Amino acid sequence: MRFAVLEFPGSNCDHDCVHTLGTVLRQKVDLVWHENAALPSRTDCVVVPGGFSYGDYLRCGAVARFSPVMKAVFAHARRGGLVWGICNGFQILAESHLVPGALLRNKDLRFLCRDVYLRVERGDSAFTHAVKPGRVLRLPIAHGEGNYFCEPDTLKRLLDGRQVAFRYCDVDGHLTPESNPNGSLESIAGVLNEAGNVLGMMPHPERASEAELGGTDGLALFESALHALTTR
Amino acid sequence: MYLAKIHVTLKPSVLDPQGVAVGAALQHMGYREVAGLRQGKYLELTLDDEGLSADKAKARVEEMCSKLLANTQIERYEFTLTKTRQGARA
Repeated sequence: MRFAVLEFPGSNCDHDCVHTLGTVLRQKVDLVWHENAALPSRTDCVVVPGGFSYGDYLRCGAVARFSPVMKAVFAHARRGGLVWGICNGFQILAESHLVPGALLRNKDLRFLCRDVYLRVERGDSAFTHAVKPGRVLRLPIAHGEGNYFCEPDTLKRLLDGRQVAFRYCDVDGHLTPESNPNGSLESIAGVLNEAGNVLGMMPHPERASEAELGGTDGLALFESALHALTTR
Repeated sequence: MYLAKIHVTLKPSVLDPQGVAVGAALQHMGYREVAGLRQGKYLELTLDDEGLSADKAKARVEEMCSKLLANTQIERYEFTLTKTRQGARA
């Protein structure tokens, strides 16, 4: 399978994603500079990595959304190709309207850098089907703007369409105010587009894909994506 | 030249934790009449007016606001447009 990891000025998780996909999972990975107007041919999955694209100027992800490579990403998504936005990548996908909603400043205004627990809400998406629904994953977050927000009508569509992929929870999988680190609406940590081929999530699975890094829960998501691609 | 003065603010339905914190600071300073504070952005945009009518300029600024300068899912914007000799240079 062939992955394309995008690289914007200010991306800083691009090489972590390349390492996980290329070294840990032994997949073909291309690092794609944002000024490229095309993705490498036969790209199966585009990963939009974390970081501070364009210094978070104006709004997180707002400027990156207009980078030349994004037109190719939109076309890839329209064809049903997988697109996976992590942290700043989620913000870029939200600004692009590839996934619904927006990411606001964390409710306590602090940059949060720690592990959180996530409840897998969907066990049948391309990114989660190696994971049983309800399973609790432990993944790191590192963001200042991860407070998920959408209008009530959008939320209704999200819930009706089962587009919530992950929610912040406690170690036992319960949704509590204390386990929602940033004030996200309905504890939402990750959402899918309507078709289910685009995922945006704030936590970092690539930072939890080897025991040496303190956890391997993130690997299940990469394995899901791989399995989804090989069985298409 | 045209000068557009643009204000971008969070919609009333969106929590503004920075505004709340700054408003609370004013109250702590003794300004007890402070009942609320919303923080936003102010942008000055200068446009070349050659071949650009005021109506067209307004429509262009409107487009720039809705496409990039504001995220209309969470923000609203308003602007004024005036003809000027000079303005902010990009």
